[in-house]
Amino acid sequence: MATADPQVHDEHEHGEFIAHHFDNAEQQYDSGKLGIWVFLVTEVLFFSGLFVAYTLYRSHHPEIFDQAHVFLDKWLGGLNTVVLLFSSLTMALGVRYAQLGKNKLVAFFVLITMVCAAVFIGVKAIEYSHKWDQGILVSSAFNYTTVHAVPATAIGKALHISDYLVYLSAIPAILLVGFLIAAVGFTVGGKKILGIFCGCMAITAGGYFLGVVGAQVYMNVTDGGVGGSHASQPILLYAQEDHAADDQAGAVDDHGDANEEHSADDHGSQASHGPDPTKFVRDIGIFFSIYYCMTGLHAFHIIGGIIALAWILWRSLLGQWRSDYFGPVDYVGLYWHLVDLIWIFLFPMLYLID
Amino acid sequence: MGTTIKATPEIFGHAENNFFNASSGWKSWAFTLDHKRIGIMYLIGVTTALFLAGVFALVLRSHLWIANSEMLTPAMYNQMFTLHGAVMVFAFIIPSIPAALGNMVLPMMLGAKDVAFPRLNLMSFYLWVIGTGCLLYAILAGYGLDTGWTFYTPYSIETESGVIYATAGAFVLGFSSIFTGINFLVTVNTMRLPGQGWFKLPLFIWSLYATAIIQILATPVLGITLLLLISERLMSIGIFDPRYGGDPVLFQHFFWFYSHPAVYIMILPAMGVISELIAVYSQKRIFGYSFIAFSSVAIALLGFLVWGHHLFTSGQSLVVTLIFSAITFSVAIPSAVKVFNWLATMYKGSILLATPMCYALSFIFLFGIGGLTGLFLGALSTDIHLHDTYFVVAHFHFVMVGGTLTALLGGLFHWWPKMFGRMYNDMLGRVGCFLVFTGFNLTFFPQFVMGSRGMPRRYATYDPEYQIFHQWSTIGAFLLGIGILLAFAVLVYAAFKGPKVGGNPFKAASLEWQSSSPPDFHNFLHKPVMTDPYDFDAMVYDEDLDTYIHREFADPAKVPPRVEPIHH
Amino acid sequence: MADHHDHTSFAHPVSVKLLVTVFVALILLTILTVVSAGQLPRPFGLWVAMGIATVKAALVMLFFMHMFWDKPFNIMAFMSSLLFASLFISMTLMDTGHYQDTIDQFPREPVAQPAAPAQP
Repeated sequence: MATADPQVHDEHEHGEFIAHHFDNAEQQYDSGKLGIWVFLVTEVLFFSGLFVAYTLYRSHHPEIFDQAHVFLDKWLGGLNTVVLLFSSLTMALGVRYAQLGKNKLVAFFVLITMVCAAVFIGVKAIEYSHKWDQGILVSSAFNYTTVHAVPATAIGKALHISDYLVYLSAIPAILLVGFLIAAVGFTVGGKKILGIFCGCMAITAGGYFLGVVGAQVYMNVTDGGVGGSHASQPILLYAQEDHAADDQAGAVDDHGDANEEHSADDHGSQASHGPDPTKFVRDIGIFFSIYYCMTGLHAFHIIGGIIALAWILWRSLLGQWRSDYFGPVDYVGLYWHLVDLIWIFLFPMLYLID
Repeated sequence: MGTTIKATPEIFGHAENNFFNASSGWKSWAFTLDHKRIGIMYLIGVTTALFLAGVFALVLRSHLWIANSEMLTPAMYNQMFTLHGAVMVFAFIIPSIPAALGNMVLPMMLGAKDVAFPRLNLMSFYLWVIGTGCLLYAILAGYGLDTGWTFYTPYSIETESGVIYATAGAFVLGFSSIFTGINFLVTVNTMRLPGQGWFKLPLFIWSLYATAIIQILATPVLGITLLLLISERLMSIGIFDPRYGGDPVLFQHFFWFYSHPAVYIMILPAMGVISELIAVYSQKRIFGYSFIAFSSVAIALLGFLVWGHHLFTSGQSLVVTLIFSAITFSVAIPSAVKVFNWLATMYKGSILLATPMCYALSFIFLFGIGGLTGLFLGALSTDIHLHDTYFVVAHFHFVMVGGTLTALLGGLFHWWPKMFGRMYNDMLGRVGCFLVFTGFNLTFFPQFVMGSRGMPRRYATYDPEYQIFHQWSTIGAFLLGIGILLAFAVLVYAAFKGPKVGGNPFKAASLEWQSSSPPDFHNFLHKPVMTDPYDFDAMVYDEDLDTYIHREFADPAKVPPRVEPIHH
Repeated sequence: MADHHDHTSFAHPVSVKLLVTVFVALILLTILTVVSAGQLPRPFGLWVAMGIATVKAALVMLFFMHMFWDKPFNIMAFMSSLLFASLFISMTLMDTGHYQDTIDQFPREPVAQPAAPAQP
């Protein structure tokens, strides 16, 4: 197959970037390429468990998905889809220029890819923090209330943003400041490439805040963006402690029976907008468990992707790519496209339930 | 026959300059990228895990000596069998043959200098160390683990024991296994010697390839399963928890989607080792090469279609149960194909009952019983009776210990002179094998009997009517322990003090035997000659080196005529 | 489609034009799927959304991931993951419906109390 070159490795002139155990550049490239494809196979199967969980609960409990999806804003999800698709384009362009050995263009496009990734995380941070404020959490902790938590921290109060957002933004903020200082320091100190690299990393961290600000503005404009106009009809009251007996009697089929006894008092229905928190299907929290698992795992992959892209960026700045040595760009690119692929499916599955 | 390479000890014999002394210092081991050194580190690691989990097993067996034993409290007993299972499965059996033996010989069998991704290989090893460390931390920190190695929900969500540490350990070990699989698959695909087609590969490579397929396709599902279980314990996400509408049986589907194929991660490499041993020690071309090769792949793929047979009594629907039962029986076909081909290979061969061959013969017998008793468990009606009894325990121990451990020991005895350049005491090796075989049968045969009479597994006490079986079993377990200890003692002694041997003392034909013993850092000092791995006539005895070398390298005047026609 | 001014046999730079075209197609499909969400009768909405997602995934794989020019073995390897994932989903789905009633009857944990607004 790949080892068509009959030359003996000892006689072969080894290039600068060819590891000692490979015969030639093509064998090295093919090995890496197959390796990354196989790695992507493991990634697909890693996510497949969550897809199984999703499919099961959606097919057995469609009512949960009908009600729950109104909490997800399809415009924010759509924005993130576009951002990721664009990052895929820039990544593909980065690979193209790596194949042509144009290192500066590789660095440019990889930087844009990284910024897009950071924007994605920023938007996600807004989505998460907004949900956490409202008690839209995993099954055991799900306690939705339309009353927004009042920010407790100084930054939260001053800017009227969620405290969770403040916590989530701490690391990007530290990275932004740290890389800015490092960029200036290295540039002044004469280490130009390191300076540029740190500058690029700072720009990436800035991308996070771009995403945060953009999504926060959108949230404020649409007044939370949750529920609102297209909230679907609640089917069954959320089962309460004292109605466990009803549930045991198999109340799921006749969704009506528990409704009447329940006035909307327990949770305080000072709802100005959004679904009435007392009127949820039982087990609605399962949807958010799945949502957090899927998007959370995906977000981890995005962060991992940023780290891998940073490595590519660094090597681009060093000018290491040549038309016979561009494998790592290609491999990280494939990984990045897979992360995009998974989001392409997650978006309609979670945000676009009709 | 016109090579210019002269057959010198450095190339084909006992090499004084080899990968052991190519570099020195602890860093040269800790940061090595050499597949042989990583293989040896893996071997040390998995052997430690084997002895540790073996001690747990002996504690269990001692406890079960009398019917109402108070040696361990019931809670301690639960922890003990869980740790025995978890350490054995995740830290020993799964990495044993692929990661330890496979690392040592796979690249050499392909005539390559190393695996495709040496750094990933080293990372696999360290992930193994970290994973095993997490697993053991659950014990050392006093948390224990009492869920059984299967971590079934909902109990694993509720128990106070250290499920998070153990599952985190298994998660990391899973990635170690995945990376080994990726490495081997890519290495076999892209780094074969020019001219080495797929059907010129040793069958051990085919079995490792099939194993790699399973590791790649199944192990990620274990990863997500354990990740969800950890989330379940940390945050009660409810996916497996019926208190929040979750589905506890779904966990079993998740777990067995990995763990049934994982059973084949355990046995397939063992089958590959046996294919090598049977051919070499019969000095006869393997019978039905392509059947054995494809049966490995068939087992790997069929292995994905039978996971439901672990859920026969878990409330699984009848239709699905029937499908899984039917497919389960079909796994018997490729397994039997292998056994019959091994037997046919031995027919009229010149069989040498050296230690590795003794292990190989033990394997065929024990695996045969392990496989056949699997049919009882795959049949729906008998499984209802036998489910969760000692019959199941005996069945999978026949496959995992009688199969995998036996093959590992056989493989170690076979490749030991290659790796260390020194020969073991064959007689003591055979005594060890006899003890392992006898002890093993004495341990697990009575378990079939008491299992079929209703002795449930995982119980700390039992009805006195079973006591005699348990006592036989306990005696056998200690005998087995002594046998394994003896086997490793023979090996370790040989590695340091054994007589020096040349590159190919067993007249084996696969490529790794064309190197010196121990091999050079780069594996081969010459370009290995592509040869059929089962064409033993291609190897001729060299008096000067006191070892077998390929005809091409031998002195033309001394080469005996071919007795076997060349197959191509 | 690829412009072949490469020096080695294994570099296949894809033209900018093609990449941008694919991107535009992806954006159009995204807009289509967002706009069509909730507009179609019940069983179709899901299938249309998943169909569009599949087309998008195919575009990304073929052109961004270079599958169009890749070795058949790599494609086969990747596709096998989809095969096994669907096997996993379908076999599990076949079974779990059987015992949903039992799960539905299981007593539920009481609802978590809403967090105090001041202390999220």
